[in-house]
Formats: sequence, structure tokens, C-alpha cells
Amino acid sequence: MAKLIELVGISKSYDGEKVIDSMNLYIRDKEFITLLGPSGCGKTTTLRIIGGFETADEGKLYFDGVEISDVPAHKRQVNTVFQKYALFPHLNVYENIAFPLRLKKVKENEIRERVTEMLKMVALVGFENKSVSTLSGGQQQRVAIARALISHPRVLLLDEPLGALDLKLRKDMQVELKNIQQAIGITFVYVTHDQEEALSMSDTVVVMADGEIQQIGTPTDIYNEPKNAFVADFIGESNIVDGVMLADKKVRFASHTFDCVDGGYAKNEAVDVVVRPEDIDVVSPEAGMLTGLVTSVTFKGVHYEIIVDIKGFKWMIQSTDYVAPEATIGIYIEPDAIHIMKKSKYSGMFGDYSSFSDEIDQLSDADTAEEF
Amino acid sequence: MKNKKSLLHSISAAPHIFWAVLFIVVPLIIVIFYAFTVQNPDGSYTFSFSNIASLPDYISIFGLSLELSVIATAVCLVVGYPLAYIMARSKPKTQKILVMLLMLPMWTNLLIRTYSLMAILDNNGILNQLLGTSFQIVGTKGAVIFGMVYDFLPYMVLPIYTCLSKIDKYMWEAAADLGCDTPKTLVKVILPLSRSGIISGVTMVLVPSIRTFSISQKLGGGTFELIGDTIERQFVTGALNVGAAISLVMMVLILISLTIMNKFGDSEDGGIIV
Amino acid sequence: MKKYASIIYISLIFAVLYIPIATVILFSFNSENNTAEFMGFSLRWYIELFRSEDAWIALRNTIILAVSSSLLATVIGTAAAEGIYRMRSKLVKTAITSVTNIPMMNPDIVTGMSMMLFFAAIMGIFAIRDYNSIGFLAMLISHTTFCLPYVILSVLPRINELGNSLSEAALDLGCTPIQAFFKVKLPNILPGVISGMVMAFTLSLDDFVISYFVGPTNFQTLPLLIYSMTKKTVKPDMYALSTIIIISVFILLFISNMRSFKKNPEPRKIKKKVGGAR
Repeated sequence: MAKLIELVGISKSYDGEKVIDSMNLYIRDKEFITLLGPSGCGKTTTLRIIGGFETADEGKLYFDGVEISDVPAHKRQVNTVFQKYALFPHLNVYENIAFPLRLKKVKENEIRERVTEMLKMVALVGFENKSVSTLSGGQQQRVAIARALISHPRVLLLDEPLGALDLKLRKDMQVELKNIQQAIGITFVYVTHDQEEALSMSDTVVVMADGEIQQIGTPTDIYNEPKNAFVADFIGESNIVDGVMLADKKVRFASHTFDCVDGGYAKNEAVDVVVRPEDIDVVSPEAGMLTGLVTSVTFKGVHYEIIVDIKGFKWMIQSTDYVAPEATIGIYIEPDAIHIMKKSKYSGMFGDYSSFSDEIDQLSDADTAEEF
Repeated sequence: MKNKKSLLHSISAAPHIFWAVLFIVVPLIIVIFYAFTVQNPDGSYTFSFSNIASLPDYISIFGLSLELSVIATAVCLVVGYPLAYIMARSKPKTQKILVMLLMLPMWTNLLIRTYSLMAILDNNGILNQLLGTSFQIVGTKGAVIFGMVYDFLPYMVLPIYTCLSKIDKYMWEAAADLGCDTPKTLVKVILPLSRSGIISGVTMVLVPSIRTFSISQKLGGGTFELIGDTIERQFVTGALNVGAAISLVMMVLILISLTIMNKFGDSEDGGIIV
Repeated sequence: MKKYASIIYISLIFAVLYIPIATVILFSFNSENNTAEFMGFSLRWYIELFRSEDAWIALRNTIILAVSSSLLATVIGTAAAEGIYRMRSKLVKTAITSVTNIPMMNPDIVTGMSMMLFFAAIMGIFAIRDYNSIGFLAMLISHTTFCLPYVILSVLPRINELGNSLSEAALDLGCTPIQAFFKVKLPNILPGVISGMVMAFTLSLDDFVISYFVGPTNFQTLPLLIYSMTKKTVKPDMYALSTIIIISVFILLFISNMRSFKKNPEPRKIKKKVGGAR
């Protein structure tokens, strides 16, 4: 697939604070790409630069091979679904969707045809004459999507479009958005802070932090082969420990030497080691590669979440078998469950569960507010 | 690049900025110019402090203006606070009607209101006719103060009312729950909470009372000259430079006091419902 | 008991507020030339007023002035509010709003005086002999100037409240910035624009002090006419005129309030001039 949008060396600051730092990214035609990252990582700003609402301080933006850095928003072949939908309160559902066509002075019967087609697509037939303020959040969302798609843009930008919906509706809309994208076959650029949303919908995920791209890849790549401690921690749960590469496929951490599948590091290079909680097997202390004391056990429905203190480092283990708190257990890790990462500026900041609590996790989940 | 864009975005303010500079700033500069010059017989102007130096002659007028205005403001507060309180505690529908009733006179021309008052209070006006007496009311300080109170009372009541009506009803209940009986609730809880309303009410009565010129002329029966009258007299007699100097002093005093008042109250509550 | 006390208190105050106004209305129907004793009902003062050419001219002038100055203030003020909203620099924003608010804070007698001196200077600079030739223009400029802050004050909160998202959506869907303003922003801030315009209209209609300083001899407005009528002995014809004005203002206010009653449970708050001898 061809490159449709390309960002070359884009930088942007607000009041002297760098929000995006010399970013390079290309977006292919017809792909579903997600910019994923915590609040303030620069993902929304990136989207706004593509949409034409912000101008980059440095760098160039190409669309289909043509530079569009200075083309104003209304002349770009890109439409946006905004965070809070931005429906026009003075127009009803029909007129909201018809708005772009009216601007282009499209003939009345063609407008009717295309609006009806859109209403069918978003399952809102019969809502034509309703005032947008009487619609539910999910319905407003659909109107916003229909309005953005009616002029057949080549790219649809979506800025946390599901943030305001409740969990159940969010799941349904995820499926629906993916279906719409595949049905009309255009590029979707999606911004979210919700890793689960990103993994389940995207062809490509771009993980961002502190105005920089941390990793670009397919959802599977990002989950299985995180590039650094930030990505490993942000996507799913991870135990991240300091290790030393003794040789190819030999890594030492937690005072034990493990077999692994990675190589290509210098001898005795300090590395970050990632082990996903679900890849750790609980065994008897004698059979364990490591042993530790269970400090807490939480029932999570599908599995138990077990926190184990191994030589002062708290590991998280997800297991379907129950273990008692205060018990001493052994753990066993398969070689292919160990993922080695180069040291980065995020090393040592994540991956220890000693201060972990569900509450904190939920709080950060609820923090949907984005700065821009 | 960024600045240029920002400038382009706010270009729609340009006509207004042009207008404000030409018709607000320049006229004020001219007032300052007049205040610091004297006109020579040949029509030219010379820089001089004589206008400012002559101001002490008007101190007694400033004093009288201040005296009458302060009394009028105090009366407005004493009379207006209970009214605002009663309004804020009545039913929502009644509140709306009362607010409108209070606003109607406010929007009636001040001249008309002052004259309507004259019709009643005049020496052979309706009041004296009805009572069959011939009290002299017009021409007393009392009449001028009454006129100010009559004209500006709504400006005291509305900000206080706005402030009081914003106080959560649970606040009253909480105060009662914690053992405040009604008068105590009023003094300990409600009065401090309505402070910003009181401040803007006081400002909105005091300032126009000081600068008024028709009330005192009519109800004062020509016996009193207040500062507004003085400026008007300078204007009529053509003593523009002295008039400008007095205006300047009044303007500076009022702007200073408004700034101080604004520091005390938060501006939100100063609003009047229109 | 307490309830009755409240009712009596309220009634007393409103009685004091309204009796003089009622008196004016009553005596405007007096059959004799007497403002103290009601002799009998008649419409003679209204008929006299309707026959008076001065009154008609003053009415016409007042309306022409109020309409043109409120329209001008609304256009300039709305554009200004949009511009101020888009300004990035806080300092510039504050500076502009402060200067704008001067005519609102300033004693209107000072505003009137400064305007008069300003036009005197203009006449000097352009060697204009006859003030009457620029009289209407001077009135228009003065009235627009003191109406502007009220328009901006009524529009700006609406624009702030609306935020940028709708305009951005409009741009995104293909509007030029100007189309985005007229097709999307303006319809959504219209209530603020209209209430600003109504306020400007009423203020201009009502203004005496500034007109008194700036007004030329060939352009008399109703408040000026009332003032000149009271210079002589007060006759019921002035009461008749006042009655007409009072009733019109009441109707205007009533209509604009009805609208806000229906649309908004809470009427919009706007700072009226800090007092004001108009």
C-alpha cells in the first residue's frame, strides 16, 4: 500500500514547551492506524496538525506526495470526528449530515440520496428531523461519523471518539467503526489513550510518549515485542526487571540465569527484561527457577492476580490456579516468554508492582481528558 | 509565522480597536490636555497648572457630593438588603416577577423618574395638596437624598439579590442544623456570603450618586450644587478648562474606587439581570 | 406573621417606586393644565403632542439614532468579540477590554464632556464652521461608542461558552473561515448578539447626558426634548410624552424578558452600566 500521509521532522511547542519533537511518520492508504499514548503525549496535537487546525513549528506534511503544510483545514481531503462530536446545535440531524454537501452546492436530490445512504450506514434512519441535542451520546457519535464521511474524504481522523461513551456502548462502537472502515475502504487515523481499543481495532499502532514515537507496529508486535519499558508497561501488564545478557540466548536476572530466544546484544550488556504476568507458571518451590512469598491475591474472574515478592522485587502473576497469601511458591518461565529490551530513558520507571493497586489503575483509566 | 497567523485571526477586532482608540482614548487625552492648559485670548493654549490649582475651591462641593451620596448609599443598603433577602427566599416564579418589577423603573429615563418624584414632592405638589399642608420638601438635603435613593435603589437590590439567590438552600439548612437560629444564620452565614453582592451594590449606588447632576438641580431646588452640576455649569458657561480638570479628578477618583471595589468583590456577582 | 411582614415591606417599597410613575401617567390624562390636581380625564395633551411637530421630529431622530447606533455597535462589537476571543496574548486582551469598558465605568458626564471636546477639536482641525453639519455624525459616533462595551459584554461570554470546536468542525467540513463564522458560529451566538443589540438600542433611546453634551441644535432627541420642556414650567404635555416613552420601554423589556423566560430558565446576566444618569 502506498504512503498517503507523511510527516517529516514535525515539531510543535506551546509556550516554549515541546509537545511534539521532530516526529517522522507515514500513514498508508486504507489502513486503520492508531496513535496511542497517555494524556499529553502529543497524539491529539499530531492529529490536529494532520487535520490542519495547528501548524507545525518545524517539519513538513505530505498528502499523496504533495506538501500540504500550509494548506488550511477546509482545503484538505481529510475530515475529523471530534472528541465531543461538535455537532451544530442549530441544525437537525439531516442538516448536520448534509452540511458539507450544501457548502459545495450539491443538487437537492443528490443530497437527499447521499444523506439517506449515510443514515443507513450509521443506522439512524428515521432520525432525520430530530434535534441533535435530544440524541444520546452514541447517536450523536453516529451523526458525527456520517457528517465526516459524506463528502468521501480519503482520510478520517478520529479524536478519542468513544471517550464519552459507557463501556458497553464503546465495545459495540469499536466493532462498528472497524466495519465502517473496511466497508468504505479509506484510511482511519484514530487517537486514543485506551490500549485495549487500540489493539483490537488497528492495523498499525503508534505508541507515543513525551512528544516522541516510542514504537510503530502491528498490535501483535507491540504487545509481544515492546521496544522499551514504556511500551511494555503501557500496553498490558508487565514485569520489567534489570538483567544482563551473558551471551546470545542467555540472560541473567533475579540472581538466576535463564534461557531466552533473543540475541544480538553485546556480552554483559545491561538490558530490561519483560515477562508478561500470564506467561509465568506457578510451580512448587522446589521446582521453581525462582521462589518468592505471595503478598496478595485478587480474584479477577478469569484468573487470579498474584503479587509475589521475589528478593524484594514484586512480580505480578496471572494464574487460573489459586494460591494462598503468605505461601511460598516457585515460578517457572519458558524461554520464549522472556523478552529482552535495550535500556532506555524509561528503564527503572515501570514494571515493579510494589506500589500497585487496582484503584490507581482505574484512576488512570478514567483520566480521559486530553490537553488538546 | 505564528504571530502573523494570530494577528490574522484577530483581524475582526481591528475596526473596534480603531474605534476605541479614536473615540475613547483620544477624547480622554483631549480632556487631559484641556485640564492642563489655559486658553489665551488669541485662541492658543498654554500649559498651566492653574486649573488644577483652582480645584481646592471646589472641595466643599466635592465634600457635599460625597456626604449626600454616602448617606443615600447607606439608606439604600439598609432598605435594600431586606428586600433582596425577601426576594431571594420567595418562590422562583415570584422572584422572576419581582426582579422584572424592580428592573422596569431602572430602564425608565432618569429625567422622567426625577420629574415624577418632583410632581409629588413639590411645594405645591400632590403630597402637600393631599395633606392640605405646605411643607417645604424640595430644596432640602433630605429631598436630594430621597431622590438618589429612589433613583438608585434597584442598583443596590439586584446585585445583592443575585448573590443571595446563588446561595445553596442547603447552606441555610446546614447552618440551622449546626445550631444557628435565624438571626444568627443571617449574621454568621448569609451576610458574609453576600459580601460581594453588597460591595457591587454599594459601588453601583455610590458612583452614580456622586456624579449625578439632574437630581440635585431639580429636587435641590437650586439650593445645592453638587460636583456633577459644577461640571455642567462649567460646560454651559464655557469654562471648559476648569470643567475638564474637575472631570479628570472625578474620573480618576471613580476609576480608583472602582478598581478597589473590584478587588474586594468578584466581578461575577456584580452583574445585573437584564 | 413573618410572611405578612415581608409582603407589607415589599408592597411598600414597590409602591414608593411606582407611585411617581403612576402619577405621571395619571396626570398625562388631566383635562386641565395642572400637575398637582386631577380635574378630569382627557386626551388633550396627547392630541397636542401628536400635533406638535417638535415631538414627531424628536421621535424620528431618536429612532434613527437608536437604530443606526445599535446596528453599528452590534456589527463592530460582535466582530470585536470574535477577534478578542481569538487573541492569544492575555496582555493584549486585557488592554483592549479595559479600554472598551472605559465608557461604561466612566461617569457619563465625563464621557459627554470628552466627546464634546473631541468634536470641537475635529472642527478645528478640519476647519468646520457649522457644528450642525457634523452634528448627526457626532451623535452617532458618541452613541455607538457608549453602546459598544455592552454589545461586547453580551456577545463575548457566548463565544467563550461556545468554544472553538464547532468552528473547527465547520472548517474541517469545508467551510472557509468566513463561512464558518456566518454559517455555524453566528447562529449559535445569536441570542447574545440580539440581547446586546436590544440593550444598545434601549441605552441609546434613553440617553440624555451624552446627547446633552454632544447634541447639535438641529438634531433633538426625545430625552433632550423632555429636558427642554422641563426648563419651562412643567405642563402635562411632558407627562404625556413621558408616558408614551415609559410604556414603550416597558413593552420592549417585557418582550425581551419573555424570550429569556422561555428560552433560559435563568435570565442572562449582563452588567448594566454602573449606575448611570441617563
